[in-house]
Parts: sequence; structure tokens; C-alpha cells
Amino acid sequence: MAQKTPMTLAEKLVARAAGRDVVRPGEVITAQVDLAMMHDSGGPRRVAPMLERLQAKLWDPDKVVVISDHYVPAVDAESAGILDLTRKWVKAAGVTKFHDMQGICHVVLPERGHLRPGLFVVGGDSHSPTGGAFGTYMFGVGATEMCGVLVTGEIWLRVPETILLHWTGQLGPGVAAKDMILAMCAKLGMDGGRYQAIQYAGDTLAGLSMQERMTLSNMAAELGAQTGLIAPDTITRDYLQAVGVSAGEIDIASWQTDADAKVAERHDFDAATLSPMVAAPHSPANSAAVAEHRGIVIEQAYIGACTGAKINDLRMAASVLKGRKVASGTRLLIAPASARTTAEAAADGTLATLTEAGAILLSSGCGACAGYGAGVLAENETCIASTARNFKGRMGAGSSKVYLGSPYTVAATAVAGHIVDPRELLA
Amino acid sequence: MTATPTGRVWKFGDNIDTDVLAPGLYMKSPLAELAKHCLEAVEPRFAKEVRPGDIVVGGRNFGMGSSREQAVMALRELGVGAVVAPGFAGIFYRNALNLGLLALVCADAGQIRADAVLSVDAANAELRDLDTGKRYACEPLPAHLLQMIADGGLLPNLEKKLKIQRSKEAQA
Repeated sequence: MAQKTPMTLAEKLVARAAGRDVVRPGEVITAQVDLAMMHDSGGPRRVAPMLERLQAKLWDPDKVVVISDHYVPAVDAESAGILDLTRKWVKAAGVTKFHDMQGICHVVLPERGHLRPGLFVVGGDSHSPTGGAFGTYMFGVGATEMCGVLVTGEIWLRVPETILLHWTGQLGPGVAAKDMILAMCAKLGMDGGRYQAIQYAGDTLAGLSMQERMTLSNMAAELGAQTGLIAPDTITRDYLQAVGVSAGEIDIASWQTDADAKVAERHDFDAATLSPMVAAPHSPANSAAVAEHRGIVIEQAYIGACTGAKINDLRMAASVLKGRKVASGTRLLIAPASARTTAEAAADGTLATLTEAGAILLSSGCGACAGYGAGVLAENETCIASTARNFKGRMGAGSSKVYLGSPYTVAATAVAGHIVDPRELLA
Repeated sequence: MTATPTGRVWKFGDNIDTDVLAPGLYMKSPLAELAKHCLEAVEPRFAKEVRPGDIVVGGRNFGMGSSREQAVMALRELGVGAVVAPGFAGIFYRNALNLGLLALVCADAGQIRADAVLSVDAANAELRDLDTGKRYACEPLPAHLLQMIADGGLLPNLEKKLKIQRSKEAQA
């Protein structure tokens, strides 16, 4: 019997999409795309004129998902026009998988059962590696490249090397996946991923919910990787079944890295000794233990974005805010990541805890994180946010400063009015 | 084949991100307006003084961040002839090539003088300092990508391919 070639999860996913038994890092292949996701900002308003110019139709409308999340809800006539164009285009193009103002694309996509292990997916947004949490090979592309996918159903790819980020031990109280990824950003830098595939592994992962895993995969973008994979397991299966994916469509066994597969790099991390982390302006790689930033006064705390406002993120914040009040002179804005997140948080009392503490609720969407919507910063303001990026001027005025932290840290900071270790409040 | 742009160098540091290239506050504005704010957070003179053909020389991880193509479109709108860096963020790199903006990986880009005038030879993956004659080797681009840039980007490239495909289908 022929010896089976050992492969990493990334290689297996790419090989399947390329219709090959085996692929090797560095090879340039053409992949068949299983699903293409677009949002209102980089989607129809950009690709529609391109498709018209090419006089081309979608290669398969059933394989296209459109999610309006950037300019929602419309705050001016231009935003309204973008959303209107999006609605009209999906209808004309025959796209039925359309989620209008239901939340942020990276959270809504798995919530609606569109992802599963083994798929090869492109997204018109840089945080598309989020799909990797489900054992899906997913990465972000710009609108022009998306247009190419929409016409041909194909995309070229250099088969990536795999960088293994291995975590052992259990996270302590008040420490979350956001702290893990900020620690990795600090260690590897924003180009540590070298546009290759990251795979997160180790026994720590078994203790993380799908939402926490999504935070790791989401910010593979901040590590400069093409995708951020986590091999599927029973936690993956339970999540997907709960959102309506049938058991027969969820293959766990085929989508694992072989024990003897070659990885390009391995980095080891200890979850048990990890402290809450904070990234100082203007880079997620500028991260250090929260103690280093203790006392920095903030005007705004923001819990939002694809990586920081999922149901478990809101619950983390609530665990800190319960029975407390946001400090005077500080504002806490919370934009739940999706409509379903809001509904869940309303049902279990989380929302009431947040608003009783003085949090201002904003609608679901990309909002302040990307400087598009409610909650942007004035000149020289300082904010702490549970978002993914703190680039200069991203959340508003050019001189504003954004610190990044976990929802625990953001909530604790909102209560104190300055950056604190959330464990001081949780103790 | 691709033309050989010649231009003055605009030199930037490591990790120039897409929010600096295309600030979120101006993303709803027409491209001409957005382009006026390109790189202003790190070099306010850039958008005002850059001339067609000028060459942006970045540091490591140029274009990190968002998938927004406006980061590339703003540079193109301002007439930038090429972007050179020791390394690019993956999505920005793909976007640049897809929009017909030449992006060259040059390990020694850090040595390029800030006031240099460079000629860029894409086909041979080489830069030349016109004053000193010094040459800088870049990573060669695969043929299919060079062709795409020569066509003006992915759209004209696809247009060409679709035309050939349609005429074949018509003949069949």
C-alpha cells in the first residue's frame, strides 16, 4: 500500500480546493471557491460596476453570501444609498443568502450555518480568517479580486507553510482569548504570520468556546497570516449543529493536521501564567501585561467589533459590571456583534446588567471600530476597546489614541475611569 | 511589456497600514477626495506634493490591515508609479497587482536614498538609482501576474480572457 503523505490541515484544505491529493508549500495552485462573502462596503457597490463592465454574471449565486454591516444603520444619505444599492443588487443578481443589518459579517456567517470544516471560502474583508475557527480555509480579498471570484469561481493561491501556535494550560479567571492573541501579536509582530497559514493548537483550545476561538482566528489578520485555522472537534460540531448544520455535513476526522506533517515554525505559549494584556497605540503588536499601562485615563470604553462583542464577550463584561457603575467622566459604549447576540444577551439578563451599569447600547455593525459609524473619537481622546485594531486615526480623529484589551479589561477600565487589571475587580 | 516608470522616491517606515493610506473617515468620499488624505497621518506633504511616476518606498509589512482597495486606489489616483518594500501585507500586495499597481519586494529597499530618483524595471525585477547607478534586485513576479499588470490589472485581464472565451464559444 502506498505511504500516505503527511499534510497539515492547511495543506489538506488547499489540496481539496485545488482538486489534488497532495500539495506542497510554495506551489501556486488554482482553487475552486465554495463560498464568497461580501459586505456592503467592499461588496455590491464596488463589484456591480465591474461585473457590468465585464458583462458577466455570478458563477453561482447560491455560493455568494452578502451581509450589510459597515454602513448600518444608515447615518446619512450616502450610507443609506450604499445599503439601498446592496439590497437592489442582491435581488437582481439572484443572491438569496443576504443578511441585512443582522450583525457583523464574520459573526453572522457562522451563526447562519454557512461555514463548516473542509470548505474553501473567500471574504471581502481582512478579518475573514475568522472562518478558520471552524476548520474552513478562509481569507480576505479586495473587491477587484472578489469580482474575479464572482465571475470564475476560482482564485490563485500560493500553498502556505503552516506556523503552529501551541498553547498549553488553562486560562486564569479574568483572562480571555483576546489576551492570548495580544500576547501572540507582541511575540510575533504584525508580520509574524508572513502571509502563511497559522494553526492554533494545544490543550488550551479544548477549553475555549467557539466564540473565543473566533477571536483567535479573527486576529490571525493582525499576525499577518493568510488564515488562522483551528482543527475542528466536538465543540465545533456542537456549535454548528446548534445553528442548523446537519451532522452528516460536519466532518471532523478528515480535517486534522497529521502527526508527522511538517510545520515551518512552532511557538509555545503557557495559558496558565498569562496575565490580562493591553495593546498600546497604535498597533496590536504593542501589547504588554495590563500592569504596564495601569492608571492611564480614558474617556471612552468600547465593546464592539467582530472580535470583541460576541455573546461571551458581553458576558465577560457583565461579570465585571454587575453591581457597579461606569465612572463619572467616562462613557462605555457597547455594540453587540449581531442581532442574535443582542437577543441572547437580552434573554439571559446580560443586557440588563450592562445598561444598569450605565453602558450605552449601540446597534450591531462595524461602527466605531473602523471609523464608519457611531462612537468615533474626537481629537486627542483616549479609548480602550475590545476591537481588533488600534491603528492611528482608525476610530476617528487622527490624534485619538486607542488601547486594546479583553472585554473584562475594557469593562473594568470603564468602572475605574483608567486602565486597570480586571482581576482587581473580579477578586 | 510593462513600462519602466521613473520617479522620485517617497520613503516611509515599517508597518504603513491601510487606515493611513485610506482613512476610514473619508471612505464615503469620492476617490479624488480620499486620495488627498492618503498617508497624511504620517507625511502631510505627500498627497500635496507627490507627482505622477513617483515611487513609494516602504518598510516591512507595507499595507497591513484592511482589505480596502482604496489603499491602492488612492496611490494610483495620485499617480504613484510603483510601490517598493522589503515586504508587503498579503491582501495589499494582491490588491495592488489586481489594480495594476506594480508592487515589488526588494530586500534592500531600506538602503534606497530618501531623495533618490529611481527607474523601475518590472520585467527584470530591478531598480536603478539614476544618480548613483546603484542597482537593487527585487523578487521576480510570476509570468501570469506580470501579464496581469501589463494588461492594467485583473479587470482588463479578465475582459481580455472573456472576449477570447466568448469568441471561441461563438465559433463552436
